[in-house]
Amino acid sequence: MSLAIALFLLVIATVVLHFVFAYYFDWWFTPLAADWAGIDLTVLITLWVTGFVFVAINAFMAYCVWRFRHKPGHKAVYEPENHKLEINLSIFTTVGVVLMLAPGLFYWAVFVNVPEDARDYEVMAQQWQWQYRYPGADGILGTADTSYISQSNPFGVNPEDPNGQDDVIVNDPQMRLPVDQDAHFLFRSNDVLHNFTVPQFRVKMDLVPGLISYMWFTPTEVGTYDVLCEELCGIGHFIMRGQVVVETEEDFNAWLAAQPTFAETQNMVAANPAAGQAQYALCATCHGQQGEGLLPQEGVSPLNIGPKLAGQPAWYIERQLQYFKNGVRGGEGDDDASRGMATMSLTLFDDEAVRNMAAYIATLPDEPAERTVTGDIANGQDIYDRNCAACHLDDGSGTWYTDAPPLAGQSDWYLVSQLSKFQSRIRGMHPDDTFGEQMVQMATAMADEEEIRDVAAYINTLSSSRIEVGE
Amino acid sequence: MAYVPLADQELELHHPHSWVTKYVWSQDHKVIAIQYGGTAIAVGLVALVLSLFMRMQLGFPETFDLIDPNSYYQSVTMHGMIMVIYLLTALFLGGFGNYLIPLMCGARDMVFPFMNMLSYWVYLVSVIILLASFFVSGGPTGAGWTLYPPQTSMAGTPGHDMGIVLMLVSLAVFIVAFTMGGLNYVVTVLQYRCRGLTMMRLPLAVWGIFVATVLGLFAFPALLVAAIMMLFDTLIGTSFFMPAVIESGAALDYDGGSPILFQHLFWFFGHPEVYIVALPAFGLVSDVLSTHARKNIFGYRMMVWAIIAIGLLSFIVWAHHMYVSGMHPYFGFFFATTTLIIAVPTALKVYNWVLTLWEGDIRMNAPMYFAIGFIFTFIHGGLTGLFLGNVVIDLPLSDTYFVVAHFHMVMGVSPILVLFAALYHWFPKMSGRMYHEGMAKLHFWCTFLGTYAIYLPMHYLGIHGVPRRYYALGTTEFMAPATQDANTAITIAALFVGASQLLFFINVIWSLRYGEKSGPNPWGANSLEWQTPDTPPIHGNWGDSLPTVYRWAYDYSVPGAHEDFIPQNTPESEEPTVDEEHFDPDHDVSKADL
Repeated sequence: MSLAIALFLLVIATVVLHFVFAYYFDWWFTPLAADWAGIDLTVLITLWVTGFVFVAINAFMAYCVWRFRHKPGHKAVYEPENHKLEINLSIFTTVGVVLMLAPGLFYWAVFVNVPEDARDYEVMAQQWQWQYRYPGADGILGTADTSYISQSNPFGVNPEDPNGQDDVIVNDPQMRLPVDQDAHFLFRSNDVLHNFTVPQFRVKMDLVPGLISYMWFTPTEVGTYDVLCEELCGIGHFIMRGQVVVETEEDFNAWLAAQPTFAETQNMVAANPAAGQAQYALCATCHGQQGEGLLPQEGVSPLNIGPKLAGQPAWYIERQLQYFKNGVRGGEGDDDASRGMATMSLTLFDDEAVRNMAAYIATLPDEPAERTVTGDIANGQDIYDRNCAACHLDDGSGTWYTDAPPLAGQSDWYLVSQLSKFQSRIRGMHPDDTFGEQMVQMATAMADEEEIRDVAAYINTLSSSRIEVGE
Repeated sequence: MAYVPLADQELELHHPHSWVTKYVWSQDHKVIAIQYGGTAIAVGLVALVLSLFMRMQLGFPETFDLIDPNSYYQSVTMHGMIMVIYLLTALFLGGFGNYLIPLMCGARDMVFPFMNMLSYWVYLVSVIILLASFFVSGGPTGAGWTLYPPQTSMAGTPGHDMGIVLMLVSLAVFIVAFTMGGLNYVVTVLQYRCRGLTMMRLPLAVWGIFVATVLGLFAFPALLVAAIMMLFDTLIGTSFFMPAVIESGAALDYDGGSPILFQHLFWFFGHPEVYIVALPAFGLVSDVLSTHARKNIFGYRMMVWAIIAIGLLSFIVWAHHMYVSGMHPYFGFFFATTTLIIAVPTALKVYNWVLTLWEGDIRMNAPMYFAIGFIFTFIHGGLTGLFLGNVVIDLPLSDTYFVVAHFHMVMGVSPILVLFAALYHWFPKMSGRMYHEGMAKLHFWCTFLGTYAIYLPMHYLGIHGVPRRYYALGTTEFMAPATQDANTAITIAALFVGASQLLFFINVIWSLRYGEKSGPNPWGANSLEWQTPDTPPIHGNWGDSLPTVYRWAYDYSVPGAHEDFIPQNTPESEEPTVDEEHFDPDHDVSKADL
């Protein structure tokens, strides 16, 4: 009896909750932003068919449980088979299946056949970031291969292929698309499986190393959309984020035209360290003459204590300087020292000055900073090996590949202060801080200030065995 | 020498001489069954605790700090692998298969008792190897239970050095154990049935376990070769599954392998695996439903053919796990079609279970609660499968919480409800005592309602676009504000369900000691295991002579019979027989002049 009532109530509750979940809490499809209404329609048909079956069978079962519950003197009816009924039920089920399968296969046929006029875009995934390539004026993407991959050619574009010379490579997790233009996405991966998903576009596809997969859609709404990785790709899977900006064709074309082509990036004039050196005098006040960094000490304002810079590769310094210049770091809510740095960074007028400065800093001699932090090294190592080493490497030397700077030999007080800032979300949450949220999330691997110090203490032990960073 | 059917030959039983040979190195299928079951449940508890760690992280991020991203992915992986292989497969086949096949077939034991014993001990070794990975440097693998290369052996994946090796070795050892057990089950069903017990008189429990075992014998080799090839890739640098890849900025020494080849091999095993778990559950629940409804199972022949059809079809649907894997997209047409076709025999089974209740005389004993609860959850999980199987719908839903909710309903909650139905149903036979009815029903309500509270909202998160296998949701534009609240509510429900499983263990321990004596056949059931001379059955099961079967296992409430059940070994002379007629579709036996 109680079970019959419970089943009946569950059927009603499921139907009611469907509407509560979908419409009150908004746990339903995000507003469609691509030309895939057919997918939503197929889902809706399936929902109606299965919803009907769910209600019908369970209500009938609840009725049976109530109606045929044991009563004294009652006896079950002996009925081994009812061929006709079984045949009818099979036919009924088959009709339902066809009803769902037909639109499914129809729209799948649309999905697998890419329209001829669709524009090509290449998405490249690697642990744990997205990058994009656009064909140049010729509309053709040049060939590429992992064997060509290097820091200056992260896509592995074949330097000999004329088709690739005018390709535009965007080494940034944000991509742009013109609205209402069929987009043909070609997918490559450098390392493991990834999956390119934008919930509002409905379609997704894995990126597989060793082959090129594809999908297509037509973005229909101007806006900015999250890109999620939806194939488990290692420890950073959940923080592998990107963005798609859908904009008008004019905006898109203007933006694309302003990007350097592959050939241009390959032939870029090398930065001038000497020019950087000329401007470094100002930096030396806080960061030391040789970029060796200062130690916090009583009586000296923390405003004037800068971390070690020597040993940091040019790409990292360049990115951080841009962040400071553009308010990504050292903005409102940040500490005074960082805000001071944001002001100082403005003395570097343009991108070239930033590059020159970064190039100069990369030439400074790298001696491990003096140690000030102590902690439980064994615990620090445990946390580091499990969570940090994936990007910053086992020896803390960092790598351009994961965009992770070297940690070994860095000013330990600075590591502690930055990890605390990531934990409290003072650093890393700016929308333009590309890898900031990755660090915000990974910093949760340390439970408290004490564990942060444990990790910093462990990182201190790495610098003794350290060789040149060099690039 | 004249042909003597195997079942009639005198079996050389290895009777135990000491406590050790009786309970440890035992060749008695019932002891082995309990060893299998106990080990599976113990390792399943580890997996349960891992899932609660994950739920604590998802429900209360940055609050408890129980696990970091690294151990989150290790928990995801170990939870999945343990539950699917080391708990469900082992408990249904090694546990219930071992216990029930010889008893239901009227045999004294398995055909190869020594190999049966070996099967358990090899299984135990595989479990130990698996658990050992928690203690090696780097910990267990965190590659996800699907173990997709290339990430399994690359830096960036937890346990990419020792953990993955132990996992693959453990799987290989498990498959050896399964093969020894599986051959035994198949041969015993085919060759060891007692006199009169034709295949079409077998209880559906035996049919389900039998076909599932056959599936396993064909499917597990695919996993075995995949595991061995991956071991070669990992240990000696072959490139079966490894293409040219970059690790931490440097090219690894691999080239030309195919990650998708692994996925095909894995799912060629992995999809039948769903039915290796589901078919025994189908069979066991059929017997529980029929017995407690005091009614024959409806459409027995259809049920048998449905089990066989589902078993066959399960080998040609595997790539529906790979619609968005980057395989050739034209495969989608074929696999979507086969996948939705499998819904037809599956739906028929559901109809027949419900029709078994129709015009029954339903005794609401605890096993019946679990069995009916199973029908409800299985309908739910089966129907959501129609979303995912329909290739184009898989585009938005693949790799979201919809998938997690679907397979937990259909392959987690449903089989586990059957396991509890079966454990309560056969507990009197295994122990000779009744379980505590009130506690068992409370256990049902907590488990049934609690799991629905966990998984129903999860479907909606999935449709909304919340991805699975995320340690934290992070910041997105699209997620509804209440998404984190859903995770918190789900976690509370999960903790409740996890804790309520204690009721089962308390019940078992209490009942073993204080439970009422059950007698040999407390449910008034027909199948042979309830007709043994001793309860619990002793080694050899049948005393001096093997039983002879005169009818199918579902003669409940036969008109004209003395009672509302007629055991299979009751001769025609003592009770009416409708055995032949029930195969005649046009003959309405209920009104037959008997």
